[in-house]
Amino acid sequence: MGVSLTPDATSPLPLAGGAGGGPVYQSGRALVDTSSPSPSRKREGSYVTDALIASDIDAYLHSHAHKSLLRFITCGSVDDGKSTLIGRLLYDSKTIFEDQLEALEADSKRVGTQGQNIDFALLVDGLAAEREQGITIDVAYRFFSTEKRKFIVADTPGHEQYTRNMVTGASTADLAVILIDARKGVLTQTRRHSYLCHLIGIRHLVLAVNKMDLVGYDQPTYDAIVADYAAFAESIGIAAFTALPISGFAGDNITTLSPNTPWYAGPTLIEHLETVPLEVEAEQAKPFRMAVQWVNRPNLDFRGFAGMIASGRVAPGDKIRVLPSGRTSSIERIVTADGDLPHAVAGQSVTLTFADEIDCSRGDVIAAAGSPPQTADQFEATIVWMAEEPLLPGRALWLKSATRTVSATVQAPKHAVDVNTMAKLSVKTLGLNDIGVAEVYTDRDIAFEPYADGHDSINKELGGFILIDKITNATVAAGMINFALRRSQNVHWQAIDITREAHARIKGQNPKLLWFTGLSGSGKSTIANLVEKKLHALGRHSFLLDGDNIRHGLNKDLDFSDAGRIENIRRVGEVAKLMTDAGLIVLTAFISPFRVERALVRNMLPAGEFIEVFVDTPLDVAEARDVKGLYAKARSGTLKNFTGIDSPYEAPVTPEIRIDTTRESPEAAAERIVEHVMGVWSYDL
Amino acid sequence: MTTATILTHLERLEAESIQILREVVAEADKPVMLYSVGKDSAVMLHLARKAFYPAPPPFPLLHVDTTWKFRDMYALRDRMAAESGMELLVYRNPDAEARGINPFDHGGLHTDLWKTEGLKQALDQYGFDAAFGGARRDEEKSRAKERVFSFRSANHRWDPKNQRPELWHLYNARKAKGESIRVFPISNWTELDIWQYIQAEDIPIVPLYFAAPRPTVERDGMLLMVDDDRFRLAPGEVPVDRSIRFRTLGCYPLTGAVESEATTLSQVIQEMLLTTTSERQGRAIDHDQAGSMEKKKQEGYF
Repeated sequence: MGVSLTPDATSPLPLAGGAGGGPVYQSGRALVDTSSPSPSRKREGSYVTDALIASDIDAYLHSHAHKSLLRFITCGSVDDGKSTLIGRLLYDSKTIFEDQLEALEADSKRVGTQGQNIDFALLVDGLAAEREQGITIDVAYRFFSTEKRKFIVADTPGHEQYTRNMVTGASTADLAVILIDARKGVLTQTRRHSYLCHLIGIRHLVLAVNKMDLVGYDQPTYDAIVADYAAFAESIGIAAFTALPISGFAGDNITTLSPNTPWYAGPTLIEHLETVPLEVEAEQAKPFRMAVQWVNRPNLDFRGFAGMIASGRVAPGDKIRVLPSGRTSSIERIVTADGDLPHAVAGQSVTLTFADEIDCSRGDVIAAAGSPPQTADQFEATIVWMAEEPLLPGRALWLKSATRTVSATVQAPKHAVDVNTMAKLSVKTLGLNDIGVAEVYTDRDIAFEPYADGHDSINKELGGFILIDKITNATVAAGMINFALRRSQNVHWQAIDITREAHARIKGQNPKLLWFTGLSGSGKSTIANLVEKKLHALGRHSFLLDGDNIRHGLNKDLDFSDAGRIENIRRVGEVAKLMTDAGLIVLTAFISPFRVERALVRNMLPAGEFIEVFVDTPLDVAEARDVKGLYAKARSGTLKNFTGIDSPYEAPVTPEIRIDTTRESPEAAAERIVEHVMGVWSYDL
Repeated sequence: MTTATILTHLERLEAESIQILREVVAEADKPVMLYSVGKDSAVMLHLARKAFYPAPPPFPLLHVDTTWKFRDMYALRDRMAAESGMELLVYRNPDAEARGINPFDHGGLHTDLWKTEGLKQALDQYGFDAAFGGARRDEEKSRAKERVFSFRSANHRWDPKNQRPELWHLYNARKAKGESIRVFPISNWTELDIWQYIQAEDIPIVPLYFAAPRPTVERDGMLLMVDDDRFRLAPGEVPVDRSIRFRTLGCYPLTGAVESEATTLSQVIQEMLLTTTSERQGRAIDHDQAGSMEKKKQEGYF
């Protein structure tokens, strides 16, 4: 391939020290800046393209072929001039074409807020609805480039209700530009934006003190704001930031040093953006990790593991370990369409082959054998809730981390964080845009790394995850793993000699879980009881777990709220699972109104062991029977959260067995269930 | 400690696009690549071939044809399908075909029926649940906010207020039956990136991107190429040979050419960098009032 790796030796980028030689503020104290003012303080006037393009296009293209890529986010509220700054960057880097400029000039006069001047904000306000409101309401990505770098800017709104968007934009950023209106100083939203950038692990923060033209380019004003911010930054653990006095509107200190701020020695914003170290390079210094996206098997002779390298470097011969299985091998080849590579680094998409035939599939993590990441199934995580529907603690969700998707539950939050004051709040759940800390349990081990591993190391690929609603498929939250719970690491599965197969064999049966679900009064317990009597008569070893009975003992601490119902079913599922491990045929009779929880139990068991029996009795029939008088209580309002009345029942879509009690007697239904189940079993009896 | 290896912006973009392509193949039931034969499609196809090498890309190419593309485009389409070893599906909306819908008589209806409706019909007919498209965020304002994975309801509507947040490199590809995703693997590429990559990787593109003497007529300020004898000349109108090329390719009677002498990639890039008008200016479709592309997208236009 024509694009080749550039070794560090020829890199134009200084990788260490203060980026660009500018002032770096470190926790609370501003370093004295000793560099002398640049001699070239001139305002870039006319809109002209690079002379090299016209004179020697091949030289120009050559210089642009070796650009690196920096992604950054701009944070600020509507009035801080964020869109104006981005518009200015696009304009100054000649990313705006004449037809766009003409449209911009026309728009500026029509709906602009800058009088007869160009309103740069109009360049970047995308969707029609937003344009009418005059605010950006989502994440938009903009592009511009200089000779040294290509830039991708995530433009996100600063309103409180859009924490979700800011976290999204920040998740892929190397750097954040935090805008402050010089007339207003450090505001609540400044603190909020800084906290969120710090939370998501952005290590390069730029404090852009904007609208300096409106405070007469006054140095004391600027110094006071920087000192104020430095104190705040230190208090939340931000180690360093770079401050700049700018005007997005007037163009001061954007591409060239401004004659209006002779007291400021640089760098300009562009210089800083061109020289700040990239995250992808920091990742190379860490141990090798790559999550397997896809196993490439074009024929029997080739088996390659495709993925994007998350961290470190890899070369043929390197010893590797596959997680969570722990199997080891070594790298044979790094295969690409451009030929095998002698080595590959973080950020590259490659296909690896192993020297040995070991199990490895999508979701697994290939890691340096000597320093693999941990595996666990219980974590403490920081969660940013992104859905309108609040978190339901205990409800099963999909958790996607790297290329692995597992079932997971989030426990009740330990606390939430007030993003304005960073105070810990005691809460029961998390709503849209809430940030909280909670325990997360997954249904199997995953390889992971703590998201923030001290100040210098952020593990985005193996530390970040998203949570997905199992019914709507919406992405409801983003999470960052803080650490694995010690009980998860120290409680190992005890290998037992008498296996579940041995338990089943001695009973001469295959374990099953017959899960009866249906409305209160539908006839679940009646039918389940009849089924068990028949099984018993046939010499089968069984056990019936009844909803009411369990709530007298094991689950007497649970209420009938959604969270209580979810935990009720989880515990019953775990007990039923232990009983099937003991070789029993288990029958359960619970309303179990939620599809997700029934699916959760189904997934706990080996395929084919879970048999869902839907006792389908219409609400009016069940209510007419009202054996326990509960419907009457629910209708009168003395009983809350009653399924079918003021709490939903989600009927099974494809149950293994459906019983229509308006057409079939309990006796006939029980007979049919036994036949169905015995038919399934008979082959190995 | 080994010194850091610096990846260029094109290497980073390539790696990101390959990651997206693989993720879709791993998670979707029946993916397809929409292939329009333009330069963006050329890059997307090239990336797909790299992503799954040494296997061929494990999905077909779908060309939603309007019967009005340039002849050179049909030629390259067939050549690239053969070279890549991928199945090529060509879909033409039978309704548009029966009604003889064409750009001369039917204006906006031509795009609606052949492209927008044709695409929906093709996706429904084959049951594709994920379709790769070559759209870029830098093309148009409403696209700057489009996700990489863009969800469409069962009737192919795009709801800009209800898109999933995309964090890190984590894409949520889960969907209900009937719903589908449009995936844009080259979202973060700019026009310059595309050209630089075509040059660096020597990717075949339609010759119409390079200047050559071609028969043209001038209409409403646009230079149109008379690509075949279906072109309806006005009384007295005579095609004139001009040295032209195209910055973007679509249906030939709707695509404006630019006068140019650029016959090499370097010269084309040079012209692009020195020009003062944006790429989409040559497309009649975007010339409605502000927000027109956004409206078309909500209706299902790619």
